[in-house]
Amino acid sequence: MSTKAIYDWVDERLGLTELVAFALHKTVPVHSQSFWYYWGGISLFLFLVQCFTGVLLLVYYRPGAEAYESVRQITFVMHFGWLIRSAHAWSASLMIFSIFVHMFSVYFMKAYRKPREFGWLSGMALLGVASVFGFSGYLLPMDELSYFATKVGLQIPAAIPFVGEAIANMLRGGPDVSEFTVQRFFALHVVVLPAIFLPLLGFHLWLVQRHGNAAPPSVEALPATERKSEPFMPNFLRKDLAMWLISLNVLALLASVFPWSLGKPFDPLAPAPLGIHPEWYFMSPFEMLKLLGMVKWLQGEAGEIVGILLFTLGIALWVLIPFYDTKKESGQRARAAHYFGLIAVFLLLTTTIIGYWTIR
Amino acid sequence: MSEATNLPTNIVEDPGERNSRRAFLIAAGAAGLAYTAALAYPIYRYLASPEEMAMEATAVTEVTLKDAQKLPLGAVLMFKFGSSPALLIHHEKGEWVAMTAVCTHLGCTVQYEPQADRIHCACHGGVYNPYTGANVSGPPPKPLKLYKVAVTDAGVNVSRA
Repeated sequence: MSTKAIYDWVDERLGLTELVAFALHKTVPVHSQSFWYYWGGISLFLFLVQCFTGVLLLVYYRPGAEAYESVRQITFVMHFGWLIRSAHAWSASLMIFSIFVHMFSVYFMKAYRKPREFGWLSGMALLGVASVFGFSGYLLPMDELSYFATKVGLQIPAAIPFVGEAIANMLRGGPDVSEFTVQRFFALHVVVLPAIFLPLLGFHLWLVQRHGNAAPPSVEALPATERKSEPFMPNFLRKDLAMWLISLNVLALLASVFPWSLGKPFDPLAPAPLGIHPEWYFMSPFEMLKLLGMVKWLQGEAGEIVGILLFTLGIALWVLIPFYDTKKESGQRARAAHYFGLIAVFLLLTTTIIGYWTIR
Repeated sequence: MSEATNLPTNIVEDPGERNSRRAFLIAAGAAGLAYTAALAYPIYRYLASPEEMAMEATAVTEVTLKDAQKLPLGAVLMFKFGSSPALLIHHEKGEWVAMTAVCTHLGCTVQYEPQADRIHCACHGGVYNPYTGANVSGPPPKPLKLYKVAVTDAGVNVSRA
């Protein structure tokens, strides 16, 4: 049988020709802000790295009572185990970072407007799941730092009135962080979250194929003859893959030059170490809660409740932005949305900086 | 192939240009291979770690079994010699015998049966002599390897013969 005959046989059953035709017709707008188009692809690449390094860690990791010992073994006994663990941890951080860049670029290019509302919503859901991935993964080594970070982090759902304590207990598997917590966080991290993340990601990517890349309003305002674009195959794809290669190199450099450390094994009787702080992507809410707690009439539980209410409100506004800022023209609402975005960036950056500043 | 023959013959690629393109492709291919190897090597070593540790363990030449001199007559002690199971038999007449417990047929772990005075493999019914390790009946192609045994007051020392 010739290659052509095999191709025809498969094509007749799977419709390859349609896919090829689609891929060949796909174009990407070219303008001064085209650079931001790469960040979704970079996030996707780093997610693939997470799957790959995650499976490698799964080969030796043992959840439950032996969690710390198995991570110690991966880090110090298995050849290159330190590198694989370091790559997984660094890639997690880089992935959250590139998702943030992707989200803000979509926000300021107003790419959430009709017909891309579902793209925005599914993207926000993906970011939500990714941060739960980060939070649950952080506990798995069961060292001192991850123990206290989880202990503190779970105080946030615990502060929800009436049902908070029950939710926190359910997540922890008891009144305190223990072997049961690491066991259920493990189930969450390697089974439940991927099962939610993958279909969401498929939906998100399908929408991108369906609607194509959004051009920023300034470019959309141009007459059709002045708008430039390039074919996805092979021009944009080539640059996309170059970005993936750069990301891989940055990751390899970070993972090998700054290997992820492993602290002392957790001890429920030991006091919290000085300078304890969450991962950088949780620093901002952590610091905001701390700052709110300093306001006199918000001390104690009231501060936490007000904090959670404010967060929930802010996040809800952020998620629902496509339904507020709907018009193509840059009117009053578009400007308000723009300022809201700037305030969000400003708040995130300043609280993160203050957070790191006050550790020392 | 008719298209190629229709091409005007005066548009011929400069041979120098063709050579430099060829050199570039070779260099790019080599760099790609080196890159892939640099990624694959740590992953291979990582996955092969337990195997390497087992190899180190099989390099063991002797094992001291603490308090094994107290083993009663007619009893057997299973122990690990390096990474694989082995048996130490204290025969009714007082002789000490140690040998590997890995069946030479398909690698199952064999057991000593004092009543029948034989070593039996439950997987496919192989039988060995409990004094010499010789394969007596069943599928095993080779005898079980014997170890040297030295009994002291503190324990039993088993070493490669």
